[in-house]
Amino acid sequence: MSRVLVGVKRVIDYAVKIRVKPDHSGVVTDGVKHSMNPFCEIAVEEAVKLKEKKFIKEVVAVSCGPTQVTETIRTALAMGCDRGIHVEVSGKDYEAMGPLQISKIFAALAKKEEASLVILGKQAIDDDCNQTGQMTAALLDWPQGTFASEVTIDGEKVKVVREIDGGLETIKISMPAVLTADLRLNTPRYATLPNIMKAKKKKIANMKPADLGVDMVSRLEVLRVDEPPTRLAGVKVETVDDLVAKLKANGTI
Amino acid sequence: MFTAINRRSLGQLPCLAQRFQSTLVIAEHNNNQLTPITLNAITAASKVGGEVTCLVAGTNCAKVADQISKVQGVKKILVAQHDCYKGLLPEELTPLILATQKQFNFTHICAGASAFGKNLLPRVSAKLDVATLSDITEVKSQDTFVRTIYAGNALATVKCNEKVKVFTVRGTSFEPAAVEGGSAATEQVASPSPAGMSEWLEQSLTKSDRPELTSAKVVVSGGRGLKSGENFKLLYDLADKMGAAVGASRAAVDAGYVPNDMQVGQTGKIVAPELYIAVGISGAIQHLAGMKDSKIIVAINKDPEAPIFQVADYGLVEDLFKAVPEMTAALKK
Repeated sequence: MSRVLVGVKRVIDYAVKIRVKPDHSGVVTDGVKHSMNPFCEIAVEEAVKLKEKKFIKEVVAVSCGPTQVTETIRTALAMGCDRGIHVEVSGKDYEAMGPLQISKIFAALAKKEEASLVILGKQAIDDDCNQTGQMTAALLDWPQGTFASEVTIDGEKVKVVREIDGGLETIKISMPAVLTADLRLNTPRYATLPNIMKAKKKKIANMKPADLGVDMVSRLEVLRVDEPPTRLAGVKVETVDDLVAKLKANGTI
Repeated sequence: MFTAINRRSLGQLPCLAQRFQSTLVIAEHNNNQLTPITLNAITAASKVGGEVTCLVAGTNCAKVADQISKVQGVKKILVAQHDCYKGLLPEELTPLILATQKQFNFTHICAGASAFGKNLLPRVSAKLDVATLSDITEVKSQDTFVRTIYAGNALATVKCNEKVKVFTVRGTSFEPAAVEGGSAATEQVASPSPAGMSEWLEQSLTKSDRPELTSAKVVVSGGRGLKSGENFKLLYDLADKMGAAVGASRAAVDAGYVPNDMQVGQTGKIVAPELYIAVGISGAIQHLAGMKDSKIIVAINKDPEAPIFQVADYGLVEDLFKAVPEMTAALKK
């Protein structure tokens, strides 16, 4: 019986159409709806399921960022995580924070909490990096089961079915390990009102990266953020023949 | 000796620094055939401006090394053949890449942004204590790259001040390197002892005679509007007429109509074919992220308000069950 760390990230809600700031320094986040990164929800669900199946005894939800990320941790607690850790990062450090810094925090916490699994989403839908899980595994020197669509614990090993380009592959990795969740791993549950109320009583510990000995310096510099080129408006065609004729005319088919 | 010269010239003439760029491309392959995205990664590596080296690791490398030796722009091939590279597990490949890096001191390390590259490179990067740049779409200079964020709704230009630049390359953003005319030298490299913390068990690949999705010239994709897996046959018929690959939206995959590896979008595959035909797909942000760089987009949807029509060059508002068979028939003529 062991412990799982689950990483949850607060991101702009997936349904929001983002806007680039006029000064090209980033995207507008003030006053925009935020929620838990969809892949993190899947990671939380998987961790809670493993607990329900009695493979693990405790699920700890972790988020790095400003005060608002405690809401994201609360959501994870309402879904069934036992307690939370808020690693407080704000201002310039938060703006520059990337997967490398976050993975250092997770690696330090995994050791401190003596976790046997770290479960993360495969990517955050804001920076689209798809790196934190892999980096955390590297820093801990643990094996990684990325893009997992099925996870089975078998003693000290984890069997992971992974989504790869041509289909699926199955690997067996030894614990402790890092897993990253793909969309197909499970369907996250909704937090019920009683569980949301209960979650308010659960503990969220607060710490700083420095408490974990993590240096937040980043050597990546975002020079500018632009809107992607917009496509020219197209035309509506009336019939299939018309469509085929148009495609033939411009040499597409 | 070279290091000494390198260091001295750098001290005297900083402008020469660019001459000493060297990029390692991690080749993706299945022991028999080089995966096409590696050719796009080689092009991106050439744009960095230095010497390009390719690392081929696997249980059987001869054939692939031979293929790469003819690829234009590759100067050297490093071959590491060992049984521990079965399944190309990142736990085994990472120590090999680190050893190679120690020996040759590359300024850049890259791979295609496929499931393979995404799985491997961040692990390598963290071991080198440097950040990774994922899925770059443009090389501005040896240290400045462009990548998309927020499902392709913004482009970030990022300067990387790391000692080693580690990045994955969006295949559709770079032309594949020519597979003839090159003449790279091959060198064997020693494999570090196996890490043994992971084991590859099996693979179940989706078999298809159609072209591979990410490199197909024409892609026909279906969404929830197809209503069932059986109805996808309509798309397969149309695709076969056009020599096209078949893709799908997340809705179609989640509903079980088609396997996951056919998903096009932010979290699936990124495609940029000459022609993309979206059938019964509404055009959610996450789907557009995977196909909006297609040259020509055609949408067939009975809902005239569907967001897909905002990006479509040609839109046909019609029931797909009528339009698709008609189109297949029209192409037979």
